[in-house]
Amino acid sequence: MSKFLLRVPLWIVVLLVCVGSSGPLCAQSSSDANFLEKLGELRNATYADKAKIVDDLGKSGHPNVQTVLTAWLQDRLYFRNNDQKVFLVKSAAQGDSSALEVIDPVTLKSAGSVPIDNLTEIGINNHLRRILETTLAGFQLSSPDASVRLDAVREVEKSLDDVNVALLRERMTVEKNSKVKREIAMGLALATLNDGSDPKALLKAIATLRGSLNTDVRNRLQDLLEQSPDGTYAEPDAQVRAAAAAAVATINRWRSFYSVIETSLFGLSQGSVLVLIAIGLAITFGVMGVINMAHGELMMLGAYTTYVVQLAMPRHIESSILVAIPASFVVAGLAGVLIERTVIRVLYGRPLETLLATFGVSLILQQLVRSIFSALNRSVETPNWMSGTLQVNDALSITYNRLYTMIFTVIVFVALLAVLKFTRMGLEIRAVAQNRSMAQAMGIRSEWVDALTFGLGSGIAGMAGVALSQLTNVGPNLGQSYIIDSFLVVVFGGVGNLWGTMIGGMSMGIVDEILEPFAGAVLAKIFVLVALILFIQRRPRGLFPQAGRVAEEQQL
Amino acid sequence: MSTNDKILHIEQLTVSFDGFRALDELTLHVEPGELRCIIGPNGAGKTTMMDVITGKTRPVSGSAKFCQRLNLLSMSEPEIAQAGIGRKFQKPTVFENLTVIENLELALAGKKSFLRTLFARLTAAQERKIDDVLEIIGLAEHREALASSLSHGQKQWLEIGMLLMQEPRLLLVDEPVAGMTPQEIERTARLLESLAGEHSVLVVEHDMDFVRSIARRVTVLHEGRVLVEGDMDQVQNDPRVQDVYLGV
Amino acid sequence: MTGHTSWINLRKDLGGKWLLAMLAVVVVVVPILNQAVPASSSLHLGPYGLTIIGKYLCYAMLAMSMDLIWGYCGLMSLGHAAFFALGGYAMGMYLMREIGPRGVYGNPILPDFMVFLNWKKLPWFWYGFNHFGFALFMMALVPALLGLAFGLFAFRSRVSGVYFAIITQALTYALMLAFFRNNTGFGGNNGFTDFKDILGFDLHSDRVHVVLLVITAVALAASYLACKVIVESRAGRVMRAIRDAENRTRFLGYPVESFKLWVFVFAAIIAGIAGGLYVPQVGIINPSEFSPMNSIEVVIWVAVGGRGTLYGAVVGAVLVNYAQTYFTSSLPEVWLYALGMLFVLVTIFLPRGIIGLMPERIGTKGRISLPSQNNTEVQKNEYERQDTPYRTVDS
Ligand SMILES: Nc1ncnc2c1ncn2[C@@H]1O[C@H](COP(=O)(O)OP(=O)(O)OP(=O)(O)O)[C@@H](O)[C@H]1O
Ligand SMILES: [Mg+2]
Repeated sequence: MSKFLLRVPLWIVVLLVCVGSSGPLCAQSSSDANFLEKLGELRNATYADKAKIVDDLGKSGHPNVQTVLTAWLQDRLYFRNNDQKVFLVKSAAQGDSSALEVIDPVTLKSAGSVPIDNLTEIGINNHLRRILETTLAGFQLSSPDASVRLDAVREVEKSLDDVNVALLRERMTVEKNSKVKREIAMGLALATLNDGSDPKALLKAIATLRGSLNTDVRNRLQDLLEQSPDGTYAEPDAQVRAAAAAAVATINRWRSFYSVIETSLFGLSQGSVLVLIAIGLAITFGVMGVINMAHGELMMLGAYTTYVVQLAMPRHIESSILVAIPASFVVAGLAGVLIERTVIRVLYGRPLETLLATFGVSLILQQLVRSIFSALNRSVETPNWMSGTLQVNDALSITYNRLYTMIFTVIVFVALLAVLKFTRMGLEIRAVAQNRSMAQAMGIRSEWVDALTFGLGSGIAGMAGVALSQLTNVGPNLGQSYIIDSFLVVVFGGVGNLWGTMIGGMSMGIVDEILEPFAGAVLAKIFVLVALILFIQRRPRGLFPQAGRVAEEQQL
Repeated sequence: MSTNDKILHIEQLTVSFDGFRALDELTLHVEPGELRCIIGPNGAGKTTMMDVITGKTRPVSGSAKFCQRLNLLSMSEPEIAQAGIGRKFQKPTVFENLTVIENLELALAGKKSFLRTLFARLTAAQERKIDDVLEIIGLAEHREALASSLSHGQKQWLEIGMLLMQEPRLLLVDEPVAGMTPQEIERTARLLESLAGEHSVLVVEHDMDFVRSIARRVTVLHEGRVLVEGDMDQVQNDPRVQDVYLGV
Repeated sequence: MTGHTSWINLRKDLGGKWLLAMLAVVVVVVPILNQAVPASSSLHLGPYGLTIIGKYLCYAMLAMSMDLIWGYCGLMSLGHAAFFALGGYAMGMYLMREIGPRGVYGNPILPDFMVFLNWKKLPWFWYGFNHFGFALFMMALVPALLGLAFGLFAFRSRVSGVYFAIITQALTYALMLAFFRNNTGFGGNNGFTDFKDILGFDLHSDRVHVVLLVITAVALAASYLACKVIVESRAGRVMRAIRDAENRTRFLGYPVESFKLWVFVFAAIIAGIAGGLYVPQVGIINPSEFSPMNSIEVVIWVAVGGRGTLYGAVVGAVLVNYAQTYFTSSLPEVWLYALGMLFVLVTIFLPRGIIGLMPERIGTKGRISLPSQNNTEVQKNEYERQDTPYRTVDS
């Protein structure tokens, strides 16, 4: 979770740096001169000298050292023959390239393109490569950002040679962050495993490693237990073997524990998508008793609104989602009010006819977006802060879009409950839902309430569309693929009960996710459908049926 | 009298809607051939009682026996109807898209499975029966009319006619005279009286004049219980009855 | 008096007479136009026309069975095309086996797609489909069994109205997903196609198509008469009673569930037969036939034609499909708008469909009277309390 918390500030930091990047540059001009001078020395230095220069550069503390060294490692460091200036090139020379785009090592901005015969590559050999790699790893290991350090340690662990082990040892003495420290300890223990034969040291290493969740670590421990055909073990000491076996078992236990958690999290996130798409329907179907087959298309409108918002603000993809949420609510909500006023109003009390008419509306909406946006899928960009994965530990990770969908669902759900509970509008909606004629008698304009309620449900569908735009393809068929699911969630949960929708959706998501590994996605889906069909037949009124005579009479 | 000859035998019947007791240990016995009136303020549980007898609502506890042996609580609605209990609803419900005569035909007593009805033909006796009933309910000229074209009162009569076609042993009649003219009310009263004897009749009605005109025995329900039972004068002079009616 | 006259009273059934007459015309004229009129003549009916007409007739049959359950019994199924597809698959399996060693892989037993999937053995549920009679039997039996199993569950637990619509839709959706899978054993998303012949007759010849078309027309006429027998019988009146006031019917002693089940299964069989006739004429069957969209379109055919008349369903199916053929070829952009508007306008302005526009005497008694304009008056409100004025013990 800590990384998740770090994430948002980091995003803000990035923004701030972008905005303020022009300022600090001039203050650095003196160190820039030094930096350029050192780079210049590379042109004619021997490999031994180069190693020294790399060391100096490493100590100079100039912000671009990493970039430059990385470029060198990738054969992208050159100097220009006519003025002997050192440049990075944008991409390494290909066999057929006649000119290369060069980048100034200080500003890191493009400095035009230079013909290839005017450029000389700064040479590198394998020894130097090792030095560069170590220096870079060292850089990252001492980065102020703990997550960068952690990644560096993990990187280093992949090739545990003497130099790297030394690096880790060195870092261990100064490292403060407990998580990074633990990871370094793991790395050192792994190193012991690699070359140690002293049972004592091995036992100590194994004790450290049993806290890991990494499959690589587990496999290495497993290797110790290997028995060759002649009966000898890879590890001669029986005590060590026993410890290793125990450690493997521990690791496996924890991994399966976390995989249960992960499955439930996936299930919950899957479920929250279901809840999100169904919750608008829970309003229109559950509260008003209106079967809106165009519900999926209202979600589609929300998704397309997201697309349009991104088109309108191409430079602010990061915040476009935050604009898109209210925008889709309004667009879909207005569309909903329009549908209610023109079609549904005429058909109150005739649910089956409403179903057919709104299905017609859904076809019209589909063709509408096809006419406007073409039949092809539109690509909606995912902002950086929503992409990527939250790696809790080696055995547990969840993608940010799943995570945010869950959070979004909870927010929408709570907001909706609050609106229904604490606002005048909510009171009127509930009153009309429970007893229309009574509400009318008390001066509530039920026509008006109907339109608003339908608008509210549709608006929520639109917001669900924003979430869907991040999860699936945005195309004219988006709505169709969700409509059946959303109806089933509402019916499963019990019509007219928002909590039922919540619990129904979540449990459907979890069941789906549990079945999937055994049965595959399609079969899991079929199972869920069939189970639901059977369930609805057992309990035709859902998990949480509405009580009362009025409800019974309104049974559609 | 022994309990053996009761046609309807309700003991300790309790119906609960989410904790609200619509019937509260109701006990009621009906003799064969009796004409019994049930009165009580709105919400007393009269309709709910009929719902239980006809299988629409299931009670939490208690028993309901028909003709001493049939356990009504374990039977489905069609089974109960076939066993000989007919019901007229509080709100007249006839089949609007069928003609008067078709409505009566459907109510006709007899086997009612799909295949039987698929090949069923009216016998001469059955046609006579229909004609008789049409005469009784005064809809002879409207025999080919769609039920939807009838007036409210005519629909009430049609429903009574359907009840007659069913030839039930026990008739449950929920507010039969609502929406009828005084003359029609009079006719209904005579009809119900003539039915009693051969059939047992249970009438729920709010119209006190009507009740007085037919009732021999009256049961007052209140809050799901029997408040008083007796003849009309007894009931009307009972202070508890005046209390519940005026005190509501 | 309906009771003691003959089984079907066609004399009063003007629409039915028209339908049967039209079918007779098709049976006579189509073979002439195809076989006797030379191909050079503009009156010649080519293979394309034959397929189109055959397709419409199959759809008409499907729509009629839908009308039987929806228009007469009030069961709006949004999965009715599933039965059609199942019937089609049964026939398709026969046609696949009939290909024999003429497939691309030349395997005498296994259809091509199985060879392609590296299957070694014919799955057990393919046994017997090399016999035409068996396939015909399955074409009716499989839909009937599915209808029976599903109906048994659904009706027993009194799932009705919108809930019934939703779970039937889920059913056909689940079937679609299942048939899309390669492992299910029905050719995955390609389904069955490239048929060679039927009972040894070449499926590419016009003559065979003419025969199939005539058979379809006869089957449609026969289903009309069969449905007519049902809806004109007392059972038919019970069905209408169930449609309009289900609980009231129950209190008259009718086992409502069993009525629904019989009708549902019967309709499933007709739909299955229609599907079985459809496949050899159009030459392909694939899982998209199970798509919920197909089923809901069937509903709209019936609504457009006018439900509760049987022949209205035929009119609706032919008209809507003709419109679809026309639009998708000349104005594809407009088709979905038109179809969408059709759904909206027909439900709002034409609740009795096109037949409802005709003069009264053409309609039959099955016709649905308009639900009252008053919103609060729903059809099924037999329990709704009547607002009796409060009365006290007076005098
Ligand atoms: N399905 C139900 N759910 C909840 N409460 C119900 C239900 N059916 C009946 N009730 C309640 O049970 C009580 C008894 O109702 P019932 O209809 O039996 O009264 P009644 O005596 O017939 O009244 P009326 O004279 O108005 O017809 C009422 O308070 C009613 O609200
Ligand atoms: Mg009542």
